[in-house]
Amino acid sequence: MSDETTQKAPAASGPRSAGPGAGAPASGPAGAPGGRKFFRRKKVCKFCTEKIDAISYRDVNLLKQFVAERGKIVPRRLTGVCTTHQRRLTRAIKQARNIALLPFAVKY
Amino acid sequence: MQRFYEVMFIVRPGVQDEDLDKLIASFEATVTNGGGAVRSTEKLGRRKLAYLVRKFSEGNYVLLTIDADGALVSELERRLRVTEQVIKFITVRMDEEQKRLDKIKAIRATRRKVSSEPAAAAPLAEAPEAPAEHAQASA
Repeated sequence: MSDETTQKAPAASGPRSAGPGAGAPASGPAGAPGGRKFFRRKKVCKFCTEKIDAISYRDVNLLKQFVAERGKIVPRRLTGVCTTHQRRLTRAIKQARNIALLPFAVKY
Repeated sequence: MQRFYEVMFIVRPGVQDEDLDKLIASFEATVTNGGGAVRSTEKLGRRKLAYLVRKFSEGNYVLLTIDADGALVSELERRLRVTEQVIKFITVRMDEEQKRLDKIKAIRATRRKVSSEPAAAAPLAEAPEAPAEHAQASA
């Protein structure tokens, strides 16, 4: 119970302090403008919750989830991955790029 | 010092199957002759490359898992570089990662034992609690 209330508080104050600039890209489930009443689901680290220990450069389907359309690595603030796993993920993505499993940049 | 590496390389798409096997066998030979050991060899098959490599858009992926030391790895890399059919390769050291994974596994195993113990002990703990609640209700 106490957890819920502490989680709600930053979520409610977040959009107000962040302003319109930061509010737009972070539009997850509740990305409505001026949506300070909306309850934004707290993002959790996929690797922690699903207990994925090894992030291998060979696991293209896993890595693809954390790469944007143009081939960029998606930042932590959008995906909710924890610092430790983001670091390992970054390394794996860069290795995968090196062996042509993932693109460095996608041409349009 | 023996370490555990993964060597992945891409062979040109036009290479025949027999030639590919020969190529892999030759790399395995360099590893075993150099004092290392091949743990496993895996042909991952033809895959589309994410970008053009030497004007190829496809390639045969091969994964070698080896135990080797630094000198042997540099020798293997030299050979990979020299070999015409190999268009790209990567060597990744895996032993530290493996050590970390084993550690996590060991921690998980011990934790599971701890978590299963309270589950068994829980019914015993509940029994003395129940009278205490009654006492509170009456007071």
